Amino acid sequence: MTTVTAPPAAVETLAPRVRPRRSFGPASIIKYLLAIFFLIVVLMPLYVLIVTSFKAGSDIGVTSQWNLPTHWTTASWGKAWTALRPSFIRTFELAIPVAIISSLIGAANGFVLSRWRFPGADFVFTLILFGMFIPYQAVMIPLREIVTTVGIPPGIPTLVFVHCVYGIPICTLIFRNYYATTVPEELVEAARVDGAGLLRTFTRIILPISIPGFVVTVIWQFTSAWNDYLFAIFLANTRNGPITIALNALAGAQSPDYAASMAGALITSLPTLIVYVLLGRWFIGGLMAGSVKS
Amino acid sequence: MRRLRHWGPGLLLLSPSLILLAVFVYGLIAWTTKVSLSDEHNALGSKGFVGLENYQNLFTNDIQDRFTHSLKNLLIFTLVFLVGAMFFGLLWAFLLERGIRGEGFFRTVYLFPMAVSFIASGVVWRWLMNPLKGDDAGGLNAVFGGLHLDFLQSTWWTNPDWGMASMAMPAVWQLSGYVMALFLAGFRGIPQELREAAAMDGASTYRLYRNVIFPQLTPVALSALIILGHMSMKMFDLIMSISGPQWLTEVPAVYVWQTLLTSDYAKAAAISIVLLLLVAIVIVPYLIYTNRVEKSR
Repeated sequence: MTTVTAPPAAVETLAPRVRPRRSFGPASIIKYLLAIFFLIVVLMPLYVLIVTSFKAGSDIGVTSQWNLPTHWTTASWGKAWTALRPSFIRTFELAIPVAIISSLIGAANGFVLSRWRFPGADFVFTLILFGMFIPYQAVMIPLREIVTTVGIPPGIPTLVFVHCVYGIPICTLIFRNYYATTVPEELVEAARVDGAGLLRTFTRIILPISIPGFVVTVIWQFTSAWNDYLFAIFLANTRNGPITIALNALAGAQSPDYAASMAGALITSLPTLIVYVLLGRWFIGGLMAGSVKS
Repeated sequence: MRRLRHWGPGLLLLSPSLILLAVFVYGLIAWTTKVSLSDEHNALGSKGFVGLENYQNLFTNDIQDRFTHSLKNLLIFTLVFLVGAMFFGLLWAFLLERGIRGEGFFRTVYLFPMAVSFIASGVVWRWLMNPLKGDDAGGLNAVFGGLHLDFLQSTWWTNPDWGMASMAMPAVWQLSGYVMALFLAGFRGIPQELREAAAMDGASTYRLYRNVIFPQLTPVALSALIILGHMSMKMFDLIMSISGPQWLTEVPAVYVWQTLLTSDYAKAAAISIVLLLLVAIVIVPYLIYTNRVEKSR
């Protein structure tokens, strides 16, 4: 069945099995032309972002949007950085703990649900999974109340907590499918026969071979915490919130500074883009993990 | 007792997560449902239980049919988004599927918008979808003007009838690469022997894809639709970033936020629960089906 996850190893399945053919028939020319055409279309917004961010004054206008800057300047980058810097740092304080904590929880849960199963494990897993699909508006009203009552400090600590909780389903899913496909049942059985308990088996045998799973959940959770706007706007503000709020304030003002907005959008996207370019292979694996279950 | 010793520790390790989800998913949904059945229309709190009145009001008694209008917007957005992302995703996967020089590069570029937040991409799409035409045109309209395709110029999301279709464009841009990755994995999961066997039988390329390959991709297509569909229902960031909260582009997720700002908790809760039901109608059967297929293996 191919439905909600391929293991991170799915990356490898993306590699072509067939070497590209050397011949260039009309069909393959059309194929390349189309591929290049779509490449340009996909890159168009990025082009506008970059050129606008280096413009100043009268260069910035609707009609000259596609032109290169007549005078290149980094002034807008400076302005955007000044506006975004505090929240930029705060967002790291949000996304890094979320990525680490969620992954550890996911690993433990995934292990139990795939290799240390109990009666009704599949049903429980389905109940967990449902949490991944809910529109968060349906929990938002009491959520705000409950985090205040419990006494979690507002801003980043609250968001860390919330992202960890609502990240449980996806991380559990990724690890469950990772273990189910890469860790042989016999390995766990052998440990059990040797008298190793659950924790010992998990920490000594399972965790050391879980790196590929961790790479996927870390990237996934880092990206979703970094890019989140919904929880941020409900549970934080421009003074204590992450960068998406700050960027929207910068870009959504009454008469926004377009060049600074574009520079700000690039600054905001840089960390996730770097993660994506450096770890792209696994990132793709993560995407598959969020969607294709095998 | 021995069996409990066997699986007990596992359940124990899982229990913190189960408790958290029981409280923060199921408990809070129940809480929201309760609020939606009350008359908590301001910050002063609730005076009592009003049954389904808040729901009834949404459908029959909302100012200017605001709620049904937001549902209509959501429907248009979802249709265009799903069809668009599935079409380009499949097309791109098809282009790369048999191997193409520089495939890794193409794949990376097609997929990169996925790493960007809707808030950040909204900044540039707001510009690209500038409604001015003719000599004042900017963004996409300027491109169409430059290519002498003026008839393609549009007022984009500011169009009161079909604006939401344009609003789906950035979402298509962002998620098509994702669908491509899914389909690419699907294509490559098809055993080579199957293709060879079809070729041996003298099947044309068209018939090979039509009768052998595409049927194998049905499960991938289904999961892609589920992922995109539930994302679409929840769409909030993109619209907040491109148009901001306003009547023209309002969808239920934005409506909830706007209603909360007026402290009408009961109404906001009712809208959220309708949204949840819409998602659940699709997701619950899917989860049950997935669970069953897994068991039957």
